Amino acid sequence: MTIAQTIAASRFGYGLPAPAGAPDTAEAMLTALAGPDLAAQAHPIMGLVEYLPYLQQMRAIKGEGKGDPVQVAKRDALQEEIGRAAHRAIRFSFARAVTAPDGFRERLAVFWADHFTVVSKRASDVLLPYALVEDAIRPQMTGRFADLLTAVTLHPAMLLYLDQANSVGPNSRLGLRQDKGLNENLAREVIELHSLGVGAGYSQTDVTEMAKLLTGLTFSAQEGMMFEARRAEPGDKTVLGKTYSGTGLEPIKAALADLAQRPETAQHIARKLVVHFVSDTPDADLVATIAQAFAMSDGDLMATYAALLGHPLAWAPQMQKARQPFDFIVASLRALGMTAAQLNDMPFKQFQSQFLVAMRVMGQPFKQPDGPNGIPEEAEEWITPQGLARRITWAMQAPGRLVQALPDPVDLAQACLAERASEALLWAAARAEDVEQGVGLVLASAEFNRR
Amino acid sequence: MDRRHFLRGLGVLGCSVAAHPLLTTVTMAGSEGGRPLGDHRFVVMILRGAMDGLDVIQPQGDPDYAGLRPTLLNAQASDLDGFFHLHPALGDLMPLWDAGQLGFVHATSTPYRDKRSHFVGQDLLEAGTGMDVPLGQARDGWLNRLLQSQGGLSSETAYSVGRDAMPLLAGAAEVRNWSPETTLLLSPQARLLFERVYHDDPLFQQAAGEAMELADSGEIGMMKAGKGTGGVKLDDVEKLVDYAAGRLRQDTRIAAFSLSGWDTHRGQLGGLGRSLTRLQHAILRLQSGVGPEVWGKTVVLAMTEFGRTARENGTAGTDHGTGGAMVMAGGALRGGKVYGDWPGLSEAQLYDRRDLMPTSDVRAWAAHAMRGLYGIDRSVLEGSVFPGLQMGADPQVLL
Repeated sequence: MTIAQTIAASRFGYGLPAPAGAPDTAEAMLTALAGPDLAAQAHPIMGLVEYLPYLQQMRAIKGEGKGDPVQVAKRDALQEEIGRAAHRAIRFSFARAVTAPDGFRERLAVFWADHFTVVSKRASDVLLPYALVEDAIRPQMTGRFADLLTAVTLHPAMLLYLDQANSVGPNSRLGLRQDKGLNENLAREVIELHSLGVGAGYSQTDVTEMAKLLTGLTFSAQEGMMFEARRAEPGDKTVLGKTYSGTGLEPIKAALADLAQRPETAQHIARKLVVHFVSDTPDADLVATIAQAFAMSDGDLMATYAALLGHPLAWAPQMQKARQPFDFIVASLRALGMTAAQLNDMPFKQFQSQFLVAMRVMGQPFKQPDGPNGIPEEAEEWITPQGLARRITWAMQAPGRLVQALPDPVDLAQACLAERASEALLWAAARAEDVEQGVGLVLASAEFNRR
Repeated sequence: MDRRHFLRGLGVLGCSVAAHPLLTTVTMAGSEGGRPLGDHRFVVMILRGAMDGLDVIQPQGDPDYAGLRPTLLNAQASDLDGFFHLHPALGDLMPLWDAGQLGFVHATSTPYRDKRSHFVGQDLLEAGTGMDVPLGQARDGWLNRLLQSQGGLSSETAYSVGRDAMPLLAGAAEVRNWSPETTLLLSPQARLLFERVYHDDPLFQQAAGEAMELADSGEIGMMKAGKGTGGVKLDDVEKLVDYAAGRLRQDTRIAAFSLSGWDTHRGQLGGLGRSLTRLQHAILRLQSGVGPEVWGKTVVLAMTEFGRTARENGTAGTDHGTGGAMVMAGGALRGGKVYGDWPGLSEAQLYDRRDLMPTSDVRAWAAHAMRGLYGIDRSVLEGSVFPGLQMGADPQVLL
């Protein structure tokens, strides 16, 4: 194992030992990424098309009177079915990460799902954040950023999460009749978080104009995303100096494409990629190289990733990032040799207590970040006294409950860290009082928790 | 680009962060010139998400209020002083108000203006700097800089409680970080081995060392869980507050934690009520948890990154604004009063014709409170705790 192979697996994937067929050079990683999404095929998760009928039934039942016991029973049964589908989506999300040879794709899917954070707001909508990943993020994250931004912004998961579905142009037909108005939540975050970044030169007026431009976009369980002309604010809208006329989806798509093309967006996305994959304190040259690749290729994301993977600083041997809790647990499961079948067969209750509760107490409740800015990147946010105590506790207790026979701690260290296992770690792993403690030392070690 | 930026300062001491002239680090704890903090307790709650001050302390006496808030205007709000009315979800705090142990500052804000980003707004609130410090350049939080200016502190002096790291307390002065429900059971041998394994990584070494020490000290004075109010989940708030109260009864003087859930873009009627129920519970639980003697020496400030739009938006909520409000409580407070100059709510009186106009810098209120609690020099407060702040006349918010 060369250091480059170790870095490919841990910095750009979910760690060692790499699954069979895993690409271990920049070229091979890009080739795999350009190919079909095999992990999504192997572990399919419901997209919106499949999910909408559930939402339609749910909303229909709710409309028919709450007191009716027949309807209540129907609703409970439906909610249970949605719950089972959600459990499968959670299991499959883990299974993809633990077992997919194309680890860079899995890491990118998580990166973009965080960049475009959505959280479900009610029990029946629990699958919407997954649908956003299946429908918009995974298919578009290897294409052009403008298409990704558009697909995400128009997806019901986003329209509902950032309140766009309820926003009404104050001078639209509906606005005038019902005295309704704007909700600028989505407009602000599209500019501040999803495209230009907060450091860019835009104003409250740009946000308000963007909010007016987005009016009409809404959601119904019947149609999913829809454009309702009676909600749309009439007149031209000017965002960042450019005026958009007309009505319907076209001006919205044009504005999103323009946002995607701004140099500030190239800089923002490049910086976020470097911060996520390489360093909390990103090197300016590395960011500039990636931003240039983004800008020169009109936001072609494969060219952008190629610039990242093609830069020597992306392969610097120093491991500057701390694994986030999901990354830490997935890498641990991989180190312990958990298979997709084991993850699928585990009683959900156990899955919940071993993984989901664990992630929550480590500070990253699964698929439920606190706000639209997603989860923090900095190592200091995760490796706090309380956060590290949780990792140590999990590393010492969970593995024994997950696998039949625990590996020899020294062998484990070599298998999951290769040449990165320090002398001190190998020394300590050999001196553990029992195998649980030895495995805990390896999985809670600084080497294992950095990438 | 988020509030965690300056936590990094901890990990890269000595690294080349271009120093802003106003951000020179003050004298370290323990060196000459400082004086130990006295007996008073200071608790800061960061209300993440931008609390709508206009709905919490409702200026029902303002002729423009009702028109701006058609669905949010609340007849059940308690009359505070004939002009301001208190949101009903804080109704259980009225006895504190009557006792002079609850107060508010209205129309106040940090120096942050115009972009109305939560994340930058929180950064600035916790850094305690002005808009002249570039984004992401602040190295520590204002409450940590307060500690840095003091001598004779112990490791128990200040606690950041909860799972979130608190940038407010991050910095060179020693601060405890702990989340009360965390345990760490390690045999003596395991400890030795972990010390060896973490030896060469300062971040891990420091975090593990503190975790082992805190886990040893055990849970202090946990009270039994209270009943939830109106279906609002409160046990997480109780754990935070009980832990903080346990520490404050002993050697701890300063504690900080966050409460989130204030970003009420739609359906504010229910959403804000739930968050206020949690805030109310936190204040009352802290009062009973520290006991009458310590409560008499306590000031609690609950601060948020900015206020929300004066007008309701189209979805029975409010969007990001500017001027907001601060909630104050404690036995050392001169409460029973809504502090601050009221700017009015007519369109011309609003900031940017949309937000409540800030008439004070929220840092000044905190600075006067700390000056009153600990006798800290104005020059320290204006020079290093809140660099560039003009504190102005003492509003005498303390007894």
